Amino acid sequence: MYSDKVIDHFTNPRNVGVIADADGVGEKVSASCGDRMKIFLKVSDGVIEDIKFQTYGCGAAIASSSMMSELVVGKTLEQALALTNDDVAAALDGLPAPKMHCSNLAADALHEAIKNYQDKG
Amino acid sequence: MKRIYLDNNATTAVRTEVLEAMLPFYREQFGNPSSIHWAGRSVSEAVEEARERVARLLNARPEEIVFTSCGSESNSLALRGSVDFFEARDRHVITTAVEHPAVLNSVRFLEKQGVAVTVLPVDGDGLVDLEQLEVAIRPDTILISAMWGNNETGTLFPVAEIGAIARRHKIRFHTDAVQAIGRVPVDVQAAEVDLLSLSGHKFGAPKGVGALYVRKGTGLTPLIHGGHQERGRRAGTLNVPGIVGLGVASELATADLDRQVPRIRALRDRLEAGILSRISEVRVNGHRQQRLPNTLNVSFAYIEGEAILLFLDMQGVAASSGSACMSDSFGNSHVIDAMGVDPMMANSSIRFGLGPDTDEEDIDFVLEILPPIIKKLRDMSPFYSEKAAG
Ligand SMILES: Cc1ncc(COP(=O)(O)O)c(C=O)c1O
Repeated sequence: MYSDKVIDHFTNPRNVGVIADADGVGEKVSASCGDRMKIFLKVSDGVIEDIKFQTYGCGAAIASSSMMSELVVGKTLEQALALTNDDVAAALDGLPAPKMHCSNLAADALHEAIKNYQDKG
Repeated sequence: MKRIYLDNNATTAVRTEVLEAMLPFYREQFGNPSSIHWAGRSVSEAVEEARERVARLLNARPEEIVFTSCGSESNSLALRGSVDFFEARDRHVITTAVEHPAVLNSVRFLEKQGVAVTVLPVDGDGLVDLEQLEVAIRPDTILISAMWGNNETGTLFPVAEIGAIARRHKIRFHTDAVQAIGRVPVDVQAAEVDLLSLSGHKFGAPKGVGALYVRKGTGLTPLIHGGHQERGRRAGTLNVPGIVGLGVASELATADLDRQVPRIRALRDRLEAGILSRISEVRVNGHRQQRLPNTLNVSFAYIEGEAILLFLDMQGVAASSGSACMSDSFGNSHVIDAMGVDPMMANSSIRFGLGPDTDEEDIDFVLEILPPIIKKLRDMSPFYSEKAAG
């Protein structure tokens, strides 16, 4: 039911963890299944220098967090803000239909973290 | 990679003896048991022998056994067949919050047709309060449906006590014994049961065959109308190979109670004790004593069940989960919810269903791989690190 990419990112998730002195922290909780993603960012000169995540959820939730982190590290905040949940799912070669709604939250969680960074001014 | 199947509550492998007994009924003895000629006669004898075997398993009489296509059909026939039979009356049905969907959704269907329904809650162990059951009984109550053993947690209802209450109030008692057959003794006389559902594929017979025990004198309106098969209670040409298989599996099930079940129980207890000693913040779901001997349902704080299952599956271990993310299996468990379990714990529940093929090596392998899986997922979980930070 899951693509090889999902299985790869689920088995060996990239960028798991916390950043103690993060510049931005954001999170997103799925109303339908309770999946929760928390994102920590290190930003310098408008570029995401480092990103870490923690995720509570199913295989799709963990894989999409990991894939999202790979997609945006080294990217500008503008590029990161343009990333959508669907882009993350596409980079994973798709997710099973029921998971698209509940577990595919990584871009939303990322945007919350960027917003938190920007709100700090 | 060794494959370890610990999902015997979902389905079981057809047993060798069962398959061997079935094979002649596909090509050599293919007749229709309703035919009077040579091709039908011998087949009809085999069907009646199977009926006797199923009856013996339940301490029933052969004419009280109606063959069906599955456990869901047996449950539907028991519930809808009873309600339709009492068509001229106001009708009230009592069931419990932890029944299989085949019962709960039948009851909801009946409710839409104007039948009054009481769904009894359960306590933290998944048990019903018998006083509450008595209070729920009304003058128009026609049926109590309460399962023998729960498919998710293994919790065993005190069926004999429920049967005695039903008998005292002159109400018919149906029990879904689909998970109980071959795992605990099932006796329709001792438990004063009027209707009992069973399903072949849960105890070594193939998928697509089941039975409903119907106590003599218990009127039922059929679900499937047609010919006179099964004494007018279920039309349709019989699934002869399946029925023959069900008969053999029934005989093996009785023998298993002494031969296999103590061993399976010891392995289940070993798995439970091993998990509890190796992993912190674990909850066993279900009654610790009154429980199917092959079933262990456990929750692991801070993480989610599907993720656990995926890691187990990658190492060859098949189990099942009550996680909300598992929409195709028994997902979003109404059973664990009804027990009042915290939603996060409910979401990580894993069910291990042991079977005749399970051995000590399988259990020790699970005990070896499970702690690192739980640790890996907890290390990823925001809930876990927040708790650690206080
Ligand atoms: C308790 C219980 N009742 C009924 C059923 C339905 O049986 P079947 O799959 O044969 O329709 C099951 C199977 O999951 C079950 O566990």
